[in-house]
Amino acid sequence: MADVTTPTTPGPRPASATAAGRAGSGHEFDSAKTRTQGQIVLRRFLRHRLAMTSFAVLVLLVLFAFAGPLFWSFSYEDSSSGSYLAPSGAHPLGTTEVGKDMLALLMRGTQYSIEIALVVSLLATAMGVVLGALAGYLRGFVDATVMRLVDLLLILPYIAVAAIIIRTVSGSWYMVALVLALFHWMQIARITRAETLSLAQREFVEAARACGAGTWRIIFKHLVPNMIGSITVNATLTVATAVLAEAGLSFIGLGVQLPDTSLGVIVSENYPQVVQRPWLFWGPFLVIVLISLTINFIGDGLRDAFDPRQTKVRA
Amino acid sequence: MIRYIIRRLLISIPILLVGTFLSFVLVASLGDPLSELRAKPGVTEADVQALAQSLGVDKPILVRYWDWLTSFVQGDWGTSVALGQARADVYTVVTDALWVTAQLVIFAQLLALVLGVAVGVLAAVRQYSIFDYTATSLAFLAFSMPVFCVAIILKSYGIQFNNLLTSMGADRWLTTAGPPTGGFSGGFGEVIFKYSGTFLLPTLSLMLISFAAYSRFQRASMLETLHSDYVRTARAKGLSQGRVIFRHAFRNALIPVVTLAALNVGQVFTGAIMTEQVFGWNGMGSVLVSAVRQYDPNMLMGWLVVVAISVVVFNLVADVLYAYLDPRIRLG
Repeated sequence: MADVTTPTTPGPRPASATAAGRAGSGHEFDSAKTRTQGQIVLRRFLRHRLAMTSFAVLVLLVLFAFAGPLFWSFSYEDSSSGSYLAPSGAHPLGTTEVGKDMLALLMRGTQYSIEIALVVSLLATAMGVVLGALAGYLRGFVDATVMRLVDLLLILPYIAVAAIIIRTVSGSWYMVALVLALFHWMQIARITRAETLSLAQREFVEAARACGAGTWRIIFKHLVPNMIGSITVNATLTVATAVLAEAGLSFIGLGVQLPDTSLGVIVSENYPQVVQRPWLFWGPFLVIVLISLTINFIGDGLRDAFDPRQTKVRA
Repeated sequence: MIRYIIRRLLISIPILLVGTFLSFVLVASLGDPLSELRAKPGVTEADVQALAQSLGVDKPILVRYWDWLTSFVQGDWGTSVALGQARADVYTVVTDALWVTAQLVIFAQLLALVLGVAVGVLAAVRQYSIFDYTATSLAFLAFSMPVFCVAIILKSYGIQFNNLLTSMGADRWLTTAGPPTGGFSGGFGEVIFKYSGTFLLPTLSLMLISFAAYSRFQRASMLETLHSDYVRTARAKGLSQGRVIFRHAFRNALIPVVTLAALNVGQVFTGAIMTEQVFGWNGMGSVLVSAVRQYDPNMLMGWLVVVAISVVVFNLVADVLYAYLDPRIRLG
């Protein structure tokens, strides 16, 4: 209960401030300290039952998507099977109109959807953290500019802007990921900015500045490590948001374009068959829900693990 | 309060100007609206030039933006250049579509608020009960489902339900394609039958995610007020449980949820676009899809501006509601 002003940070442990005082062996001491902190978080997370179950399910899904095609007898490109075959031993989820095996397609779509979501989350988090920390640390003009940019992007409907850019440039999966990232960093920037505003007032930041540390060093060595908890949690939750955003955009036909595919594209192409051939819809649907559900639970588990005040799981 | 509203509106004007300018540049870079005409057989360069001049695309971008802006604020939103639309008036198309989508959004939001608040309050009052756990699990599940999948599932069950009705000799009730048509003609019972059948499934699909968010939010805020000092005081005075919950806790616990609902409008709007696609409504969703596919710059601009202004207005509504409901907050 040492600190209640920054509930989502892993407590006031300015490790680098102590390191600055012990110039020679400082680095070694520093990394040992950090590992202990990481170990506490890891132990808490490993004991979070719901999060660990979700993690196991997610690992299975990733294996299904990336290793599955190596063992599966049909390729997503192979359209030699009959049109709209019912589920059988050879095609557990049936075939599509053009005679492609649904299970093979599903593996391919899951691959793309996971890749897109990861790229969106990494890029959005990087942008959000850098811009948010700069805004909160430098304040003044930089802060005003970044925050107006956030306001601006929040009023522009991302679905339309993304559709226009994708239509102009290309509908390949990385383009969709780039454009979605452009519209998902604002939340992280706001959180980082708020935490930076309060952290920047602490003595260890002042000490670092007195030692002559520059803006970037203070941000990356002193500020970011102290808010790694909320950054990790939000990056995780962004993955789930991105899966749904990509699926939605592709569903209305304005996201990922063939020959690339995604879960949204697969649902979009097969949902008119939902009454006659429900298996063509329920397969991709189940995968989307499982991905976002497990990631949400993992995010929840991480939040609990990073929260020094939580009592649900012992350290 | 009035002064605050005016000041906020004035602040949002530059943001809207920059936003529309960026949109304009983006839309202009989308493609050449003349390419389809050029590709047609038997079209001369003079025809293309004439269309270019009448659309104004032969001038530099800043001039074009200024032209667009001045006519836009005067109510002239331009005409569609998509072929097959007979140069339809953008204002008419977008406002008609907005009305269709707005109906869906309003019904879904109201239903989500009422149900979400009710479930949230019950879950908070009976914390850690079976009801609470069920509501929490369902909310998590609803969060993880894409809106369009919910719509598809409801639509497929709707079709089966209709088939069941016809097999029992009744009329088909649930409409799974298209918004209500024919206005308010026919008897009262008929109108109710028609409108409820048309709105039920799209509203339910759109409602689900907001409902999940509101019920979680209401539960959290209700728990917070239930543990506050003034509620303990009210209990200590010997007031009945119902009076404490509704008169003292509930009214204050409503504040954050109502504000969230106003802020959430943009997201619900995106959901409405997908719901419309599944149920075949000609709302903002189909306007956007066809405008993007057919390189229709005026239509896209009209669309973007209408949505951007709605978001600005609802953000303002959220702030004003917050200050109005919570007397501790003073807008200056």
